[in-house]
Amino acid sequence: MSQPAYFATALAIVFVITVALRAVPFAVLRPLRESEFVGSLASWMPAGILAILTASTLRTSLEGGDRVAEASLAVAVTVVTHLALGRRTLLSVGLGTMSFVVLANIP
Amino acid sequence: MILSTPTRRSEIAAGLRASLAAGLGMFPLGIAFGLLVVQAGLPWWMAPALSVAAFAGSLELLLIGMLTSGASLVAIAATTFFVNFRHVFYALSFPLASVRGAVARAYSVYGLIDEAYAVTAASPTGWTGPRLVAMQLAFQAYWVGGGLVGVAVAAALPLRIEGLEFALCALFVTLTLDACRTRRQVPSVLLAAASFSVAVVATPDAVVFVALTVFAASLLVRFFATKLMARVSGRRAEMES
Repeated sequence: MSQPAYFATALAIVFVITVALRAVPFAVLRPLRESEFVGSLASWMPAGILAILTASTLRTSLEGGDRVAEASLAVAVTVVTHLALGRRTLLSVGLGTMSFVVLANIP
Repeated sequence: MILSTPTRRSEIAAGLRASLAAGLGMFPLGIAFGLLVVQAGLPWWMAPALSVAAFAGSLELLLIGMLTSGASLVAIAATTFFVNFRHVFYALSFPLASVRGAVARAYSVYGLIDEAYAVTAASPTGWTGPRLVAMQLAFQAYWVGGGLVGVAVAAALPLRIEGLEFALCALFVTLTLDACRTRRQVPSVLLAAASFSVAVVATPDAVVFVALTVFAASLLVRFFATKLMARVSGRRAEMES
């Protein structure tokens, strides 16, 4: 297979699988919306899924270097800013990221 | 075509505002992604092409390495399936019902990325079609735009700012805090933390997928345990009266 054909096929495969994973659950889950079970899951899931994504992005930031202290401090800055200064996401994310970038670039 | 009414316009503005915080993380990460595409030796147009085909940052970053090394199409398909499988859970609470029109609905489903889910999960009420779709279009603009900037930067000069990718982590920290305003969410977060720990130890190569699966299974157990306890305490109350 030529290189452009390889890239094009790979892109098509990625597109079809990704869209299917996002679309199929709507068709499957809609009839179940009324059930007590699906209702409980819908209210329990978001906080947990967000916590898992947080942990996984934190893990990514820790990869390739010894930055546990920097990351812990930056997470603390983000949390404190968010809770103390009225949950202004842009501000909390900005200050948290800035502290990590500054700490990571100190030799 | 629907005319631009003031409310429609204000809803679109609200959607763009809702996109800003996540955009702060997505744009720099997009730049890093564009840089990586060029540095890995892939043609520059693969950056926007991947961001349209996959529109999922973590997967796209993985695919750079696979495409460079000429990985098999089966391996690419399997990786896509497992890395993006978490999206299956998003349909449960994503406010797709607020979107009218086939094209807008199709785009909203296609653009159901982590950030779109996370923002709606953190503030579940008040979504309208224009607001939601405007936010999702803005997300894709940040992501594709960041990738193109990265491609251009890689061509022009070897610049590198260490640690910008932390913005994504900081964003998820704030979204988690917003989703946990009441104490009722504490059990979910504890179960999620336990699931994540299990996944890190057991399957370090597929952490997100395994963590989400274990978490979903633990909620299943929680549901039936709650039911069972309600029945037991109900019976006890019956006996006492």
